[in-house]
Amino acid sequence: MLENDLKFLEETFKQYYFDHFDLIHVPDRSKEREYGYKKFNSGMIRHMSLKTDKDLHLMLMTNAPSDVFCSNGYYSFPNLPMAEKDWKEADLIFDIDAKDLKLSCRKDHTCMKCVSCAEISLVQDACPKCKSNKLDLVSLPCQNCISGVKKEVLNLVKILTTDLQIDDKNIRISFSGNEGFHVYVTNSSYNQLGSNERRDLIDYIKFQSAMPERFGFPKNNPSRISFPDLGDSGWSGRVAKELFGSKSKRSKTITKIISDGQVAYQQKLEEMKNSIGVKIDSNVTSDIHRIFRLEGSLNSKSSLVKLVCQDIEKFNPYIEACLIGDEPVEILANFPIKFSLKNTKFGPYMNEKTSVPKYAAAYMVCKGIASISDT
Amino acid sequence: MISLGQDEIAKYPFLAEAGQYLKDKGFTLEQFATDPDLRIIVDKAYERIESAAEDKTYYPELDDPSEKETTLPLNVFSFLIAIVLLKLSGLNTLINKFSLAEARRAEKFLQRDLVSNSDKTSEEFAIKIFRDIFSVTIKKTGGYFVIPIPDYLRHAVNFHEREWKLVNRHVENGMVFLSPRESVRLIRWKLSGYIGSKIKSANTPSMSDGFEDKVKRLSALAKKFVVNTVVTGAYPPCIEHAIEVLNKGENLSHSGRFMLATFLLGRGQTIDEIAPLFKNAPDWNEKVTRYQIKQLSGETGGSKTKYVCPSCEKIKSNNLCYITPDCDNIINPMQFGRKRL
Repeated sequence: MLENDLKFLEETFKQYYFDHFDLIHVPDRSKEREYGYKKFNSGMIRHMSLKTDKDLHLMLMTNAPSDVFCSNGYYSFPNLPMAEKDWKEADLIFDIDAKDLKLSCRKDHTCMKCVSCAEISLVQDACPKCKSNKLDLVSLPCQNCISGVKKEVLNLVKILTTDLQIDDKNIRISFSGNEGFHVYVTNSSYNQLGSNERRDLIDYIKFQSAMPERFGFPKNNPSRISFPDLGDSGWSGRVAKELFGSKSKRSKTITKIISDGQVAYQQKLEEMKNSIGVKIDSNVTSDIHRIFRLEGSLNSKSSLVKLVCQDIEKFNPYIEACLIGDEPVEILANFPIKFSLKNTKFGPYMNEKTSVPKYAAAYMVCKGIASISDT
Repeated sequence: MISLGQDEIAKYPFLAEAGQYLKDKGFTLEQFATDPDLRIIVDKAYERIESAAEDKTYYPELDDPSEKETTLPLNVFSFLIAIVLLKLSGLNTLINKFSLAEARRAEKFLQRDLVSNSDKTSEEFAIKIFRDIFSVTIKKTGGYFVIPIPDYLRHAVNFHEREWKLVNRHVENGMVFLSPRESVRLIRWKLSGYIGSKIKSANTPSMSDGFEDKVKRLSALAKKFVVNTVVTGAYPPCIEHAIEVLNKGENLSHSGRFMLATFLLGRGQTIDEIAPLFKNAPDWNEKVTRYQIKQLSGETGGSKTKYVCPSCEKIKSNNLCYITPDCDNIINPMQFGRKRL
């Protein structure tokens, strides 16, 4: 990152923390948690212990971090090396990210940035300037992406509260600060589960590895009655809904399924993970020692805030999680696609100098599509 | 501790405090070693271990009321003397085989007790075993048993078959529905582990002449499980540990077996070289093992995927990492040694 950009972001982030101590708190049982942070242009510092809000605020002011994290795990000695921490339990955590939904809109708001010469262009095989094929993709998610992720979050919450019988009082949803949402489950009977057990739970939630026998189609002598019914609980009911749509189509569809054979049915069930399985990030949920972005902190991939959502359906991250000031900042911007923040449209920018509100400047610098102008 | 009646002790002899039981019945260990009338029990004890070593389940009939008086104590005593013989032999491979066979035997009784509508006491006792020994709260609902999901997952992760995955289970309101057979099968590994740990933690008695011959025969019996594979080259500590676990005849988790096999395949070893390493595993079956390694190597299987050794991070999350300074910041066990040069 260029020196001007680094200085700008450090100051902007520090200012945000100074102005918003009310939004950033240590979570429950803070003494048992591990904390970590990153600075711009630097690696992760972890295995820290912070006991109170005051300790946290002091750390933010002293270090001006780019990202702040707190463990989902609870330990006897959170600041010791991993092997000596004495793990007690861990909150169940989920991350659903727009990039994993593979939505068709993504190509409309994705550009590529050449790793060799930093040229930004529409997606193509090689850099138009230096012909390098080492390319990064830069995507600024749109409202459609956010709606898609919200739908997944609601499906996840439904499974958690019905199939897994988790009290919704113990479920908290946050915007991740970039292009997804995080879901926390605290104080549940699942807290004691290790990674392997959580992996099985992940397959359940993603609807992976389903067997035709379980969903009504044994190898020999399939019987019409054993196929799932629309009124069934759990995956049976959801599979029935996906397969039959309505009760009236059940009989006809079963006849076809049986005549197509078990292998075709297996295939169908496998494909269903894309349509009815919830697209959670397995690496996050299986990790019982993860340090997860702290609520109220800024995400250096976007400069947006990781914010708890009271009503996810109404929540608009590009308005509500954009909490940096709006004084004008001169930038050199290069992004050939329009985007919107705080109800204001920006771009497209063709490698041009422009003046934008500070929140938009921070967003674009974090995304790597603009630099703070020298003049 | 669960209080035991005569019937329960015969079905689940591992719940008894061995020394106390003999004392209560008015016997001493020396009597079994010396009294020719008790020879039959020592012979039965040996047979019990022998059949376990051959992966057979010792399953005497306990139902014939005319024989109940004699068979009950005979069953309990033969179990207890088998433990004495195993302790004297000190052979972990046999202890593990024996524990697994005894677990399978107990499974049959547990299953029968769970469904015996006529005998409420047996049913309650079986449910009590689930709760007190395996911390599994099990409740009867119609023809099914329901278990809280977290309890289910803790046990089901020990299985490799897809049918045990939660997604292939009837789940409702935080509970998993199981048949009596499945409920009992669910705790097999823990039951076997429980029996094994009880045997391992028991005191080793001093050797008596009457037992010496049987113990010698056990050593000979165990010889066929000895691994003669030569392991060369530097292996990372996680792999060394996995091999050590297998050599001791202890159960290596699915992820542990996966790690070991993929690592050795990655180092260019053949299936013929790798398969014998698993010989001591309590559930060893040469055909199955060879098939599984073949699958991992990509030689067979629909996708022909060649599986690679998991990353250090994943190994860590599976509690299989035994990091030493020699690991030198590698991120995959395959890099071990290479980086140091």
